[in-house]
Amino acid sequence: MQEENKSVDNIEFDVLTEIGNIGAGNATTALSQLINARIDMRVPKVEMLSFADLAEVVGGAETLVAGILLTIDGDINGTMLFMLESKAAHMLVRQLIGTEGDAEALFDEMETSALQEIGNIISGAYLSAISTMTGLQISVSVPSLAFDMAGAILSVPAIEFGKLGDEALLIESQFKDMDVDISGYFILIPTLESYERIMKSLGLR
Amino acid sequence: MAEMIKVGMADLNLCHAPDAITTLGLGSCVGVALYDKSNSLAGLVHIMLPDSTQVRQNQNKAKFADTGIELMIDMLVKEGARRSALVAKIAGGAQMFAFSGNNDMLRVGERNVEAVKEQLKKLGIPLLAEDTGENYGRTVEFYPENGNFVIKSVGKPIKTI
Repeated sequence: MQEENKSVDNIEFDVLTEIGNIGAGNATTALSQLINARIDMRVPKVEMLSFADLAEVVGGAETLVAGILLTIDGDINGTMLFMLESKAAHMLVRQLIGTEGDAEALFDEMETSALQEIGNIISGAYLSAISTMTGLQISVSVPSLAFDMAGAILSVPAIEFGKLGDEALLIESQFKDMDVDISGYFILIPTLESYERIMKSLGLR
Repeated sequence: MAEMIKVGMADLNLCHAPDAITTLGLGSCVGVALYDKSNSLAGLVHIMLPDSTQVRQNQNKAKFADTGIELMIDMLVKEGARRSALVAKIAGGAQMFAFSGNNDMLRVGERNVEAVKEQLKKLGIPLLAEDTGENYGRTVEFYPENGNFVIKSVGKPIKTI
């Protein structure tokens, strides 16, 4: 457990960790069904990271990643980003539609929509776990996909966190598909009011 | 051997020729390079948000267009730049994700660019060139010896402004 987080106190951090665990667990099951393969998930790592360190988790600001962004409405408002390293994104797409792509290549139209669907299902499963846990109703927008440098993708959630402080909360879930590790990253950014509502629904306020 | 000085998100730094200064993977943030050509001295700030007065936690001056540019001018002048000789080049402010509707969060790139331009105008610093907006990330490198601002993006040719 990280102790150095400054923007949220420790109980809240634990709650966010637990939400992350449950969300990511549900997302893994959904992913496993989608690509019809057994996937193991490691215990997710939850970290409060300074902006300087945020992109380092994927190997630096220039690492190619796929980012899937959804906006959240209902009892909770905010944004959620699901990010996959380029290699992992290519592998999942290959599993789903059977194309052979170069890991550094850009995605074509069909691969893009496959990836969008993967993002949709994973994020939907993640959020539905949160919804069940809190009893709050959550609806999500159609996902938007971008394939670009990690720094650029992460600037979107970082800016939202930037309004509150100089750190962002990152949940890293490692999946293991047969012999290959796939790392996926979730960043959930509830608005301040929604954050209060999550805590309250869990009896913490 | 000339060095490449790195500037992180919501950060800033100075650079003397022959060194160069860079910030990696700008998305909706804006990279503002200010320089005094006669001194071969430049500064680069990586701005995340348009306005420090809208945010309670605003101690980090480099994060905001209004306070970041002023801070960089002070640092440049202290380092020997002439205030009246300073000129600017900017890049970034992309909208990384496409959404229908008028989502305020997704327009932040555009608002950052507007705020930076407004601030430069207010401070009387000429904006010589820009590569802003669109929907892709940018790595930028500034070379104080010739004033070149080099912009690299995924799947696109390298641009110099």
